[in-house]
Amino acid sequence: MHDKTIAQLAAGLAQREFSSVELTTALLARIKARDGELNAFITVTEELALAQAQAADQRIQAGSAAPLTGIPLAQKDIFCTNGVKTSCGSKMLDNFIAPYDATVVRRFNEAGAVMVGKTNMDEFAMGSSNETSFYGPVKNPWDLAAVPGGSSGGSAAAVAARLVPGATGTDTGGSIRQPAALCGITGIKPTYGRVSRWGMIAFASSLDQGGPMATTAEDCALMLEAMAGFDTRDSTSADLPVPSYQATLANDIKGLRIGLPKEYFGEGLDPAVAKVIEQAIDEYRRLGAEVVEISLPNTHLAVPTYYVVAPAECSSNLSRFDGVRYGYRCEAPKNLEDLYKRSRGEGFGPEVQRRIMIGTYALSAGYYDAYYLKAQKLRHLISDDFKRAFTQVDVIMGPTSPTVAFNIGEKTADPVTMYLSDIYTIAVNLAGVPGMSLPVGFVEGRPVGMQLIGNYFDEARLLNVAHKFQQATDWHARLPEAFKA
Amino acid sequence: MEWEVVIGLEIHAQLATKSKIFSGAATAYGAEPNTQACTIDLGMPGVLPVLNREAVHMAAKLGLAIGAEVARRSVFARKNYFYPDLPKGYQISQYELPVVANGHLNIELEEGITKRIGITRAHLEEDAGKSLHEDFHGMSGIDLNRAGTPLLEIVSEPDLRSAKEAVAYMKKLHSLVRYLEICDGNMQEGSFRCDANVSVRPLGQAAFGTRAEVKNLNSFRFVEKAIEYEVTRQIALIESGGKVVQETRLYDPDKGETRSMRAKEEANDYRYFPDPDLLPLVIDDAFVAAARASLPELPDEKKQRFVADYGLSNYDAGVLTATRELGDYYEQVVKCSAVDAKLAANWVMGDLSAALNKSGKEIGESTVSAEMLGGMLKRIADDTISGKIAKEVFEAMWAGEGDADAVIEKKGLKQITDSSAIEQIIDDVIAANPDNVAAYRSGKDKLFGFFVGQVMKATGGKANPGQVNELLKQKLNG
Repeated sequence: MHDKTIAQLAAGLAQREFSSVELTTALLARIKARDGELNAFITVTEELALAQAQAADQRIQAGSAAPLTGIPLAQKDIFCTNGVKTSCGSKMLDNFIAPYDATVVRRFNEAGAVMVGKTNMDEFAMGSSNETSFYGPVKNPWDLAAVPGGSSGGSAAAVAARLVPGATGTDTGGSIRQPAALCGITGIKPTYGRVSRWGMIAFASSLDQGGPMATTAEDCALMLEAMAGFDTRDSTSADLPVPSYQATLANDIKGLRIGLPKEYFGEGLDPAVAKVIEQAIDEYRRLGAEVVEISLPNTHLAVPTYYVVAPAECSSNLSRFDGVRYGYRCEAPKNLEDLYKRSRGEGFGPEVQRRIMIGTYALSAGYYDAYYLKAQKLRHLISDDFKRAFTQVDVIMGPTSPTVAFNIGEKTADPVTMYLSDIYTIAVNLAGVPGMSLPVGFVEGRPVGMQLIGNYFDEARLLNVAHKFQQATDWHARLPEAFKA
Repeated sequence: MEWEVVIGLEIHAQLATKSKIFSGAATAYGAEPNTQACTIDLGMPGVLPVLNREAVHMAAKLGLAIGAEVARRSVFARKNYFYPDLPKGYQISQYELPVVANGHLNIELEEGITKRIGITRAHLEEDAGKSLHEDFHGMSGIDLNRAGTPLLEIVSEPDLRSAKEAVAYMKKLHSLVRYLEICDGNMQEGSFRCDANVSVRPLGQAAFGTRAEVKNLNSFRFVEKAIEYEVTRQIALIESGGKVVQETRLYDPDKGETRSMRAKEEANDYRYFPDPDLLPLVIDDAFVAAARASLPELPDEKKQRFVADYGLSNYDAGVLTATRELGDYYEQVVKCSAVDAKLAANWVMGDLSAALNKSGKEIGESTVSAEMLGGMLKRIADDTISGKIAKEVFEAMWAGEGDADAVIEKKGLKQITDSSAIEQIIDDVIAANPDNVAAYRSGKDKLFGFFVGQVMKATGGKANPGQVNELLKQKLNG
């Protein structure tokens, strides 16, 4: 059952080929047997999953099932889940049992989905390799020596190894798309405001966005339909109706105008990756799309802008982790200052501390205008690039990541090299537009992801364009050799 | 050298919303610690603020009442600092773009002069919780019930020139927020509190002196005392060759002095930046129009109307309009009694106010309702009782013995207006005091009072004083 998509599993459940309890039991057993190699899960919620599966079976029997009823899914450990440990990959929250459900979690629960567990991630979503997790690195199922990408590395690895058919991720600078690319799965970062951030532990509030990760665009469509929509608890969520993403999946893409930003194919891009991307673009040509070169002239400003905005917001967002009300508290604090300094110094890992310090500096008196304010201005320029581009083309395509998955430990010594692995994904978050990654081939046995970027709230088109590719190819259906059985 | 005092006040008014500014938790005062703090107030991971519309409505009302601009677009910012009762590690406030800007309030000085005090801005923000340092065996307790309570911080221009002016301004603002029903004004509970920026400069100098900010002023008396202390301290310091340093000082009401809390160099760098969890606050014309439509008659308008309609002095009208409740009470008394408005004013400002003060009650808690007081004044007007007897009736009403008619009936206080009955008593008094009658008739006019007293004593004070005077004169002179 593990090699089926969500859509196939839903059909099987509907036709009573198997029950949700059987399906859930099988996947829990698979997680138990295989996750030791991957470290994709921080928490496996076996008891809860079986109870949810039982309830789902009753719902299916009663004829009131929703599309995701009975489907086992995993939640990135950044989403608060009532009564379940929600660690955000940090020692700081190792003892934190969330007292409420994130809106995304609540919506999946209401849809009757089954949560099998919480997936590993870079600490507080800060990282591109899943190596900053307090719970240890996640391995890439395609090659256990390689990173799965990050920060949603646990979700990506779990889906790639078919431990679950789908999982949630969050994406602040590429954290859904980059691990999806490196693990050979499909993931979409929706438009900022499309999915509620309530209960999603904040890294950089103006950039964070939750989204689905699965093997196919069709499954992402199913999951996104359940996740998306206005939420009165999130002032930044968009009060717009959610279209049926499934309804438009199979639309013809003849005449689709694809833009290839020349800045995404220049220096820094691994030529082998470039070649795979070009082959995928050729596939689109065969499907009837028109391909034109475009320019996103401010692309080079994205990484420096991001590394002011995101740390600035993170430095403030993470102030609440002070050892006073919940989370890690140091042993025997001498006084208040000691409590703060040691709780935070011992509770946060080095990458989180680095970003808090960068952000604190950027917001400090005397530096605010030069850094934060300047970055906000650059952000406008970057958004304008996309707005201009979408007057010419329907979709932008390019590589998701400049390289395939790198080895564990390869980039940890130099943060800047690590930051550059998000060079093609970051601008999308700064602009707030939706972006997606789909598997389009391999380089030396490691998957290559292609990024699709759409106009604001044009997720339906991205999913449609990705689905058509997947109808014509089988990259998305490939499993790592070690996890076929 | 002659010194000029310069004061600006920052007043925090707790807005009287039912729920908090960014969460649905209740704002009621005095609940068990941490029973009115939800996940948002506790700063749990993943929670988000959603702005309370009513708090914005209240801010707009204040803006309109002080003739200010209600900003069509304002921005919430984060003020970052660590403190145990600040759950998120930042306070959501407004910084560069406040919701209200450029207003003013007129205050009346003792000499009857009106002075215009500029109000720079008023901005919305959330309150912090409370740290409790007693009863925890060397540890501190945190109560987050107050965390997230909406505050309107109202910042004046440095237009105040004495402690008395500062108090007059603060009282005026206190009255206004209560008129607007946007703040309960309860200073003991901290609903209306003040920080004072105080400096001195040689009279005639244009540049401001270095200021000290005095915190923790939660009564009018403390504001006055703290400013007076601070002014004396600063002048003495400068005159003895010292320099005022810019710092935050704390007022100690027990010692009646201010002491240094932290110097400017030790102040936090708050790292303000726009809160990315909240969209800019956009207010449209309809919202402002609704706020305008909800404005009550404001204190200054009411005062002018009392002078015009009731013929009251400026002073009396000012006293009676100090609070909306007192003004309403007074007008109800006038309506019920149909007597001279001045008489009603005297009773409200005299016996009623005295009784309220003595019992520590607010006008709303008065045992003598406006209807009861009006009913009693009616009995004065129709000569059922005299003004003197009325005091006895009032006391009985205050003691809960019923309305005026019931008290008059029960105690038999009805005035004697039957001339023949009064004449009979006068005859008896004259007959009983032949020596005094002779003395009076021989020119000792002062004895007239003695006869009045005797008659009143014989009637238990119930004889109509006018008739007694008239008839006594006739009999004694005749």
